[in-house]
Amino acid sequence: MTSPRCRLGEMSAGMSGVIVNTSGPIELRRRLLEMGLLEGSVVTLVHEAPFGGDPIAVRVRGALLALRRNEANLIEVSRENEGEK
Amino acid sequence: MSDIHFSPRLALAGNPNCGKTALFNSLTGGRQKVGNYPGVTVEKKEGIILRDDGVVVRILDLPGTYSLDAKTPDEMIARDVLMGKVEGEDRPDVILAVADANSLERNLGLVLEMKALGYPIVLALNMMDLAHERGAEIDLTVLSSELGIPVFPTVAIKKEGVATLLTQAIEAAKGNPGQNPVSIEWHPPTIKEVQDRFKRVDEILLASVKKSARPLIWSEKLDRIVLHPVWGSVILVTVLAVVFQAIFIWATAPADLIKDGIEALGNFVGSAMGPGPLNSLLVDGVIKGVGSVLVFLPQILLLFFFLLLLEDTGYMARAAFLMDRVMGKVGLHGRAFIPLLSSFACAIPGIMATRTIENKRDRLTTILVAPLMTCSARLPVYSLLIAAFIPNSSVWGPIRLQGLVMLLLYFGGAAAALGMAWIFKRTLLKGAKPPLMLELPTYKIPSWRSILYGLRERAWIFIRRAGTVILAITIILWFVASYPKAPEGASEPPIHYSYAGRVGHAIEPVLKPLGFDWRIGIAFIPGFAAREVMISALATVYSIEGKDDEATAGALTDVLKSQWSVATALSLMVWYILACQCLSTLAVTRRETNSWRWPAFMLAYMTVLAYGASFITYSVARMMGLG
Repeated sequence: MTSPRCRLGEMSAGMSGVIVNTSGPIELRRRLLEMGLLEGSVVTLVHEAPFGGDPIAVRVRGALLALRRNEANLIEVSRENEGEK
Repeated sequence: MSDIHFSPRLALAGNPNCGKTALFNSLTGGRQKVGNYPGVTVEKKEGIILRDDGVVVRILDLPGTYSLDAKTPDEMIARDVLMGKVEGEDRPDVILAVADANSLERNLGLVLEMKALGYPIVLALNMMDLAHERGAEIDLTVLSSELGIPVFPTVAIKKEGVATLLTQAIEAAKGNPGQNPVSIEWHPPTIKEVQDRFKRVDEILLASVKKSARPLIWSEKLDRIVLHPVWGSVILVTVLAVVFQAIFIWATAPADLIKDGIEALGNFVGSAMGPGPLNSLLVDGVIKGVGSVLVFLPQILLLFFFLLLLEDTGYMARAAFLMDRVMGKVGLHGRAFIPLLSSFACAIPGIMATRTIENKRDRLTTILVAPLMTCSARLPVYSLLIAAFIPNSSVWGPIRLQGLVMLLLYFGGAAAALGMAWIFKRTLLKGAKPPLMLELPTYKIPSWRSILYGLRERAWIFIRRAGTVILAITIILWFVASYPKAPEGASEPPIHYSYAGRVGHAIEPVLKPLGFDWRIGIAFIPGFAAREVMISALATVYSIEGKDDEATAGALTDVLKSQWSVATALSLMVWYILACQCLSTLAVTRRETNSWRWPAFMLAYMTVLAYGASFITYSVARMMGLG
């Protein structure tokens, strides 16, 4: 079965998946990693801000992080195990 | 023993929101030395512990950081101290790492990074009580051996485990004598290195954590309301409304008390001394001048109380999250919301609080517009002008015109700040929108001790400012307004002949188009140093011999009513919204931007803006027949 992949910035509240890849400029990418957005970590989109649903708040590695969809789109997520939740 | 001279230096380091400051407070018991004007952000703090065994321990509280890959000035200080690159600051003997036991998956990344620097490290696993409550089971022995550093459980706010931690840190320091000063070179890690670091964290946790903490249900439930697109906005507006109401209502009683006290002191000193220049200097200059500033202490402390409370509970980050979109409309970052909000009290802490903004252009924009927010020093001037010129008629039900005008003045300041930010971000400080990366910490019951320490710190800074800068300005002002003395048989009031009077006359042609005469010109001179001093300056200029401030304000209202046109008053209000009349703001801008260019630019653009807007206001008001 091919895993349904999407970008974190394309997800809506309540969706979750496993991070499979990060991209972007090295400084920003390093920042994303250091905040816990690492390959293999489970990420859940929990909140969307008012006025257009951007920025978003995601739960990852035990923390709640706020970021804009623009940066969230640098993160690729596999939603393969979504059904098991 | 030779231990008498053994004085280890500890550096407290950890992620933001790990309870590091609470631990610092527990360790030092409040014996802390703090730098100048700290905002809401953590500033470099040092504490001293005198132990029973004679050992003097110095603890440096480094700003919280997620990694050594520093982005903000705060984080850079943390890294540079550890690298031995801060001037006049020796490398610490031992790192006291702090990690939130509830968030080890992320917190341990920094611990591993710091360990690689080669320091002796002791790790405090903080908030252990909460971790237990959440059902976490951590094998500390395994964790310690996997990390290769000693680990101690603590509950900083309850002082649990703190004594043991300190003893162990001192022991670790003993094994590291005479390592200073060494400078370490730091290179940013590669992506692979960061990934490997966290892989190692996962391995360590797999071995040492038998059961992970359950999610904090009440915090998550609360977020469902607080971060709700609709309810979240309603709550944010309500919180802000309550804070501002409280500042204005609760501050009145203590402010009156201070006012009465200063007045009594003035009367006492005035009657106890014989008349003469010294009496005048002390009573009219020092006591009145410094007193008129100290009256704002309750208001400023109340605002800081709320800011600290919102920060401590974890709400502040949520406000930034909710406001990001709105701030983004003018090209600013959600984080700019907090500095701008603080600027309602005073631009100085507001400008200090911009340290959390990573992007340099964003930070500069926020610094430049912060003084446009209506600070508490403008409030007495607004009150005076409104009382004198705006009728207290009812507009609609209980809403009165005077209150409405006050609100308009506040709104005007905020609109000007956002408008200028929009312009700066499109011209001078153009650049790509910087990323937002913000942790929303779990909610916490606020630590009253932390808030109390924070307030004490800010009260002291404010009083020190009143006692130094403002005292000096007041004395100089008193001198230029009093000398040279009026000649025998002078027809004009004495101030007319003084240095201040001459300057006032000299600048009158420039101010005339705004509807200001030489008297207002004189009051502008001290007003440039500190806005609120303008009232006492006006009182001096109009030669009012008010025995107390209440009477002065009352009498001054009548005098202004008879002397000024409504157009002049409106023009002055607009001037006050926009003009940069605060030396301290310029000084703090100079320090934060590390150049005279930006404060000079700030002064220039705000003066041009104020002049233009006042000119338009005066002209339009005259055309409408208010001249």
